[in-house]
Amino acid sequence: MNAKGSAGALSAPGILFAVLGLAAMLAPFMTLAANRIVAGDAIVAWRLAEPGVTLPGLLSLAAGLALGLLAAWPRIRMAGAALGLAGLFWLLMAGTPNLLAGAGEYARVSPAAGFWCLLAVFILLMSDALGNLAPGPLARAALLIAALAALTLVLWSGALSDLSIMQEYAGRKPAFIDAFVRHLGLAFGSLAIAGVIGFPLGILCHSRAQLRGAILPVLSFLQTIPSLAMFGLMIPILGWVGETVPGAQSIGIAGIGFAPAFLALVFYSLLPVVGNTVAGLSAAPPAAIEAARGMGMTQRQRLLRVELPLGLPVILTGVRIVLVQNIGLAVIAGLIGGGGFGTFVFQGLNQTATDLILLGALPTVMLALVAAIAMDILVDLVRTTPEATA
Amino acid sequence: MRIGTFLRPALTLLLLALVLRPVWFTPLFAPFASAGGPVIYERASLLSLSISHLGLVAAASAAATLVAVTLAILVTRPAGAAFLPLSRTITNMGQTFPPVAVLALAVPALGFGAGPTLVALFLYGLLPIFENAIVALSTLPPATMEAARGIGLNRWQQLVRVELPLALPVTLTGIRLSVVIALGTATLGSTVAARTLGEVIIAGLLTNNTAFVLQGGLIVGLFAVLIYDALVQLETRLVRRTGG
Amino acid sequence: MIEIDKITRLYNGVPAVDAVTMTIETGTVTVIVGTSGSGKTTLLRMINRLEEPSSGEVRINGESTLTIKPHILRRRIGYAIQGHGLFPHHTVARNIGAVPELLNWSADKISARVDELLTLFSMEPETFRNRYPGELSGGQQQRVGVARALASRPDLLLMDEPFGALDPVIRTRAQDDLRRIQKQLGSTIILVTHDMEEAIRLADRVAVMDSGQLVQHGTPAEIITRPATEFVADMVGRVERPLRLLSLVPVSELVEEGVAEGEALPVEASLRDALSACLWTGRAAVPVEQDGVLVGRVTFEAIRARARARAHP
Repeated sequence: MNAKGSAGALSAPGILFAVLGLAAMLAPFMTLAANRIVAGDAIVAWRLAEPGVTLPGLLSLAAGLALGLLAAWPRIRMAGAALGLAGLFWLLMAGTPNLLAGAGEYARVSPAAGFWCLLAVFILLMSDALGNLAPGPLARAALLIAALAALTLVLWSGALSDLSIMQEYAGRKPAFIDAFVRHLGLAFGSLAIAGVIGFPLGILCHSRAQLRGAILPVLSFLQTIPSLAMFGLMIPILGWVGETVPGAQSIGIAGIGFAPAFLALVFYSLLPVVGNTVAGLSAAPPAAIEAARGMGMTQRQRLLRVELPLGLPVILTGVRIVLVQNIGLAVIAGLIGGGGFGTFVFQGLNQTATDLILLGALPTVMLALVAAIAMDILVDLVRTTPEATA
Repeated sequence: MRIGTFLRPALTLLLLALVLRPVWFTPLFAPFASAGGPVIYERASLLSLSISHLGLVAAASAAATLVAVTLAILVTRPAGAAFLPLSRTITNMGQTFPPVAVLALAVPALGFGAGPTLVALFLYGLLPIFENAIVALSTLPPATMEAARGIGLNRWQQLVRVELPLALPVTLTGIRLSVVIALGTATLGSTVAARTLGEVIIAGLLTNNTAFVLQGGLIVGLFAVLIYDALVQLETRLVRRTGG
Repeated sequence: MIEIDKITRLYNGVPAVDAVTMTIETGTVTVIVGTSGSGKTTLLRMINRLEEPSSGEVRINGESTLTIKPHILRRRIGYAIQGHGLFPHHTVARNIGAVPELLNWSADKISARVDELLTLFSMEPETFRNRYPGELSGGQQQRVGVARALASRPDLLLMDEPFGALDPVIRTRAQDDLRRIQKQLGSTIILVTHDMEEAIRLADRVAVMDSGQLVQHGTPAEIITRPATEFVADMVGRVERPLRLLSLVPVSELVEEGVAEGEALPVEASLRDALSACLWTGRAAVPVEQDGVLVGRVTFEAIRARARARAHP
């Protein structure tokens, strides 16, 4: 590429990121709209404020992309990604007050395509560099906590509170917190119930081939049913239960609302829980099971001392699948009055209010990502066996 | 299998009747209809909704298959190897994005209608196919690949005659996952004004008419289950043929 | 003493093991040889009731195994299998201590026993105690597998193709180790293999199985010189017969006064080794040494005479 180093010293993904990143820097970075409904005017990054204010931000974006090219030093690439992310938020914080100044009472500013693309590029750069570094589970946990702390700090500081999405939030603080709690309740509650049912069922299926043959296909067909249909089909079923079973209504069982959403999520969770429990329990090497039998372990001892410890990573992977899936599917509860972040998404779609859609969708995506990363860390932590096992 | 032999045609007939002759089911759905409200969805023909729904899924899945398999071939060649870890990261992270969120996020970018639905279906559909195709192409039996080189096949011949046929069953599993997700996400597409069968369910939810919800839910559910089953059958047959 | 009494195992009415009767003396090594599908593994697995006999019974020191709960019985019987079957998530020490743990030995007693066994198998306890099976070589894994089977000082040790997964060089060493340890501990061992060479090398008694039936049970020499059926003769191999016989006799039996040229053989070597040395160097006699001191020689002529005498007694 240049006189000092051959192309071999440059990271191929780094080159891709640099090209994409530079293109994204030319795209609109933010939009300024007269109110929350109308489409806004696009503004590129270097017009957000005075050159003296935007320049540090632009420079750190460029520097971040450049550092990302250095294939041999993943730590420097990490630092580049962090620098780029800092530059992004710098520009956002610098641009917001400047654009709003004198733009009218109802004016709204939002990040635009350029911001989102650069955000994606730098996050991918960071994960690519992380992939090369291959940090252990504890180091990854520390990184996750640090990233969340940084994000919380930025939001807490109020530096972004003039952004349109934050204004949507400010107007709905209690509703947002309620949606958050509901969303977590739907995702984790259904996981808990599915665990209580599915885990013993998986253990039973493991020891009885006939049961396994009967249950797993039924569960995988349940999994196939489109989510909206599944949520919808729960309505008449629970409506009937609510009307006929005495006392059911008093504990909140009714055709619409939380109960049908919760039940639908439980159904969706069963296959990954049962399937991965069965797969995990049969992951132990057959010779080890034969040896365990041969040395006089009872069926219970085999399960507790050999099959469960060896299968735990696979079983937890099932939990990861369920958690990520349920956090996503819980959005649909918003359509049947079940609450959660879906409420904002569908309200936003009805009102064509982009920022309200984002207020529902972004936390959902964040929650799913954090859950996935945290579960991956947990799975690695319980993987006690050295990889070299024959 | 034995249950399948008579359940499969029975469900197919039920589905056909539900789509083509919805009126037959009036007595069945009547108890669920809101008082005085319509029992059978008549705002659009269920057949045209079905065709539009399946058309969206087919178009998105076909495009996703083409792009995903091409990308998977590229990153499993020596020249593209530098991108392999990145591709894994992208598929891992991408699949944590909820399909509904992808759909909702496509609206600000593309507006309402079939467009954002198609894009969301396509983007989301890429991931399982890409992931499975990469796994399939990077875990081919080494002895077979050695033999393919040994008998003098060039790179292109190795790819077309050995690698792709052997990778087919696992890739097809990815396509099946992708199609199932696409069917579900397309249903949600009606919340962003795409013409799909989700429209019937949404109409039921909005007017508190459980009969519509049930009708739409049954049709979509049956489509999904039958298509899933057909793809499983196809895979089983292919696996049997390649002896995998 | 282990008595196997008319034991039968039917699969869908077809006998996999057909009324086998056999007595095994305490402190001996019995090797069951057969082709795959001969029922040898099924016979072995009926002794610790991993397979339930359809009829007949096994008595250990006069006590029928059918009167003992299977898992209690198995804790008294050591069991080592092909591919070692070590628990990949447990350390070497925990693997070896698995049965003592089931028997509720105290932690001190278990760890003392683990160290004792590791030493017995020439594995430095300090080095290996806390390793995981995945960090060991194939030969080490196999030794840990056998050590685990011996941990609770069982009345009886069952081994199912224990050396099947090892390469030839390591396998020979493992067989020598087993023989040495068995002599040292005086254990009773029943071992299953398809390899007649291994059987003759290890066994006090060889039992040949064919199509579910015990076709011959005797000393290695009997099996070689007086095969009961064509099948046994085929298993022994007609060409290898004389060499196998010679491999059973130590050089010490034929040492005579005198001197010979060339490199000396130890007295523990077999007549087969001596014959091989004669043929390879074209000598008519080989010197023999004991603990590094020459004690005489063994002649080609004497080997020939002994081979003939043993083949046609």
